[in-house]
Amino acid sequence: MQGFLEMGGYAAFIWPAYGLAFVVMIGLVVQSVGDFRAQRRLAGELDAGRAARPRAPARSTGPDA
Amino acid sequence: MAGMSELTASQRFQAFANPARFMALSERLLPFCAGLTAVLIAVGLYLALLDSPPDYQQGETVRIMYIHVPSAWLSMFGYMVMAAASATALIFRHPLADIAAKSAAPIGAAFTFLALVTGSLWGRPMWGTWWVWDARLTSMLILFFLYLGYMALWATIEEPVRAGRAAAVLALVGSINVPIIHYSVVWWNTLHQPASVFRIGGPAIATSMLMPLLVMALGFTLFFVTLLLVRMRAEILRRRVRVLRLARTER
Repeated sequence: MQGFLEMGGYAAFIWPAYGLAFVVMIGLVVQSVGDFRAQRRLAGELDAGRAARPRAPARSTGPDA
Repeated sequence: MAGMSELTASQRFQAFANPARFMALSERLLPFCAGLTAVLIAVGLYLALLDSPPDYQQGETVRIMYIHVPSAWLSMFGYMVMAAASATALIFRHPLADIAAKSAAPIGAAFTFLALVTGSLWGRPMWGTWWVWDARLTSMLILFFLYLGYMALWATIEEPVRAGRAAAVLALVGSINVPIIHYSVVWWNTLHQPASVFRIGGPAIATSMLMPLLVMALGFTLFFVTLLLVRMRAEILRRRVRVLRLARTER
């Protein structure tokens, strides 16, 4: 185990390479999934709001109509 | 005005017909992609860290290759996906092409960053330097900046159709860099070793090292695809949110 962690004396180069890859890839997943969930929630809220509200009058009529 | 709203209705139909199908299909595909990615990377890590031998010249540092080389491949694969999607968006106006190109960029940028840093971590013990301004390293750094510029352009222009068109042109112009990266080790003197897998005459690398490399590369590629699907889904929803908000403020 000790020998494995020492990586033949190159631990200071090998483990940071693997560690950074892990951090960057997990970071990408967290950011992407978080963004998806946030957008899904927003879209859901807007859809619900649109459904709940009574239909707006025709758009072509002026503000005074 | 009536004509206008008719136009936007048909545009909306065109814009959401394909994305709606994509949302349904990608939802079913995602669990398989994610599961297969996890299995491949787990097996790849076992092969790379425990099962494969140290190199007779480079010792244990060869294990950095199993991260570095797949990252570097994907940095270029990601750019080719982005450029091909950009071309499709410009020529055919396919509504998903634009979204695919935009979604691929941050993933490609992340892998370019990984290729650069892991290369540096490998270069220090093997070449005696963290960095040299030679053709391979410099063209990879340019690739990283191309990704950042592409993402910045998307972020700068608010309206998605205009942003997409400008970004697509940038992606296509920048694609000249991809063959330059690939052939940089042939055309110019460099510390970087030449291609040892995709070369005429087959891979010049021992099977015991080729296997973990290929498994990791496949795992990374599936990771890219899985994440691309997730990001495209988020982007489709973002555009839907934008349209709904615009519709609301119009009232």
